[in-house]
Amino acid sequence: MNKKKLHIYLLFLFFNFQYREAFMLLYRGFTMDEMMNQCFSNDMDYGKGRQMPIHYGSKKLNFQTISSPLGTQIPQATGAAYALKLSNSRACTICFFGEGAASEGDFHAGLNMAATLKCPVIFMCRNNGYAISTPASEQYKGDGIASRGIGYGIDTIRVDGNDIWAVYNATKAAREIAVEENKPVLIEAMTYRIGHHSTSDDSTKYRDRKEVEERAQFDNPVTRLRRYLEHKQWWTQEEEDAWRKEVRSSLMKSFNAAEKRKKPSLDHLFSEVYDELTPNLASQKQELEELLKKYPEYYSTEDYASS
Amino acid sequence: MSIISKVARRSISIRVSQQKRGYAAGTAQPQDGIQQGVAYSHLLKRGPEDALRNPELAHISAVNGETTKMNLFQAVNDAMSIALATDDNAVVFGEDVSFGGVFRATTGLAEKFGKDRVFNTPLTEQGIAGFAIGMAAVGHTAIAEIQFADYIFPAFDQLVNEAAKYRYRSGNQFNVGGLTVRAPCSAVGHGGHYHSQSPEAFFAHCPGLKIVSPRSPIQAKGLLLASIRDRNPVIFFEPKNLYRAAVEEVPVADYELPLGKAEVLKKGSDVTIVGYGAQMYTLENAIQLAEKKMPGLSCELIDLRTIVPWDVDTVVESVNKTGRLVIAHEAPKSSGMGAEIASTIMERCFLRLEAPIQRVCGWDTPFPLIFEKFYMPSMIRCFDAIKTSVNY
Repeated sequence: MNKKKLHIYLLFLFFNFQYREAFMLLYRGFTMDEMMNQCFSNDMDYGKGRQMPIHYGSKKLNFQTISSPLGTQIPQATGAAYALKLSNSRACTICFFGEGAASEGDFHAGLNMAATLKCPVIFMCRNNGYAISTPASEQYKGDGIASRGIGYGIDTIRVDGNDIWAVYNATKAAREIAVEENKPVLIEAMTYRIGHHSTSDDSTKYRDRKEVEERAQFDNPVTRLRRYLEHKQWWTQEEEDAWRKEVRSSLMKSFNAAEKRKKPSLDHLFSEVYDELTPNLASQKQELEELLKKYPEYYSTEDYASS
Repeated sequence: MSIISKVARRSISIRVSQQKRGYAAGTAQPQDGIQQGVAYSHLLKRGPEDALRNPELAHISAVNGETTKMNLFQAVNDAMSIALATDDNAVVFGEDVSFGGVFRATTGLAEKFGKDRVFNTPLTEQGIAGFAIGMAAVGHTAIAEIQFADYIFPAFDQLVNEAAKYRYRSGNQFNVGGLTVRAPCSAVGHGGHYHSQSPEAFFAHCPGLKIVSPRSPIQAKGLLLASIRDRNPVIFFEPKNLYRAAVEEVPVADYELPLGKAEVLKKGSDVTIVGYGAQMYTLENAIQLAEKKMPGLSCELIDLRTIVPWDVDTVVESVNKTGRLVIAHEAPKSSGMGAEIASTIMERCFLRLEAPIQRVCGWDTPFPLIFEKFYMPSMIRCFDAIKTSVNY
């Protein structure tokens, strides 16, 4: 039991913020190399460099490739759950979104369908108080996202999102309900976004620095877990320092390796739009090939893997 | 009373009783000697031998040549029934599909295959599309119905941003090949803005989707089965005007017709005429009128069948022969499929063209109820375009 909790903590540290379930992916077994390859859009990226960073996907880990539009995954998770139910797979789907995405129409559609069609899906809402610069007070007037679950006839729980054991226990219970009773569960995990929304964001522009620092100090999920482990004497400051060093070194190793790699072959610009190349794509591909030959000085392909 | 006034009174009363109403397959008076309407079309195969003479169906007549009379919604129903019977992972869902659907396309399916495989969804097109994508993403066959093509727009984000890009963005780790969306489309005589639309062009512009539209029951069954089994997301637009009006002897066997292949319905040498869906019957009549008014004229008629990816080579081959092209569709002219076809043919056949490519389309207005007859690319408008092209 200790080992597992330790493992979680280590991963938590490894990735001390979470966005679009990167932490979850790592926990499942996605490697730092696989992550870096996607972020650098190199020739090892499973997505073949087609999407922006952090749009991970892993067939072997049953993690559907992320897309940018918010909330679209919600009715999809419902449909996938229905399929799993029909196949008697004794599995469920879990679907993550923020309190902002929960304002989208797809949220309403997905939850309503999950309830009426009895789908084994867990809806995990991470309410971190901000959708980029929009505070929760401007996102909804009702009692968070949890209150909506009741409206759809869905079993709902609100949990302290910064208490890893609470989240774990709630999710475990939710899975049992979903799989055993073939119905959806809504979990609203309350937390706070300490970091900026993204590297393009400077959140001091819309919130008080003091508010952020207080939350970081007094309600930091990583710190809370560390204190717990230290209290149990499963972790020490020395191990903390050593681990941080090791993680950083390992991360930079993956980073550098991924950065050096070539980009995917240009063939992949045109492949996989359909299962097979359609005539229009075949002729456009040829058109581009001819352009590359005609104007090589405008199109450098040396950074791209060959066919 | 004199004989002349008796005859006059009788012919007046006949004219009044045959006053046209805006219903789908109403028997119209022949105009210029052309009997218009689906009911009189020679494009429909009314006899079993006729149906099986189709080279694309040659392989089934050897095994099982049985046919039965079906209209278009029955053919669609039959295709779905076969899909459900041959694929345990196939399901059919949408609004009101359980009792048989507002156009009867899903009649009997829930009874035959069970409530968990044929079911109603709540009233949410975005939900229907998203749900369908989710099922297909885990390998199931999702046959979703959108009640009217006019209501497909809430599903636009799911179809364009998700379904169309699912395979590409995942690097082929995932796909929604098992997704098929069916929707009744096009004019019905009294549908107005929101029961008459032909929205194919909105989706044609989106890489990753396929779009198919059948002209007849035999075509509908084969193309729908092909669409369901195709490993790409397909939107299947069914011209609602044809649901009851188009009746053929349809093979009962499990058969598919090829996607991405146009069909030459009538060979000709002077002008190529391209359309899809219900427009084929209007074009058939326009050709009859043109060949009657311009003796010696020979028109070639092509049904695209698949709108995306459309069969460029077949149309190019035809225009290289004739040198003239007329395209017709109900959807508004600007930025419609006609624009795409015209541009491509201009590129491929520029020096061969003898006349500007003609497009006969709906006007650039919302579909107007009371003005439908003036809006539609009718027989006489299509005839006029043929005449313009030929006389250029």
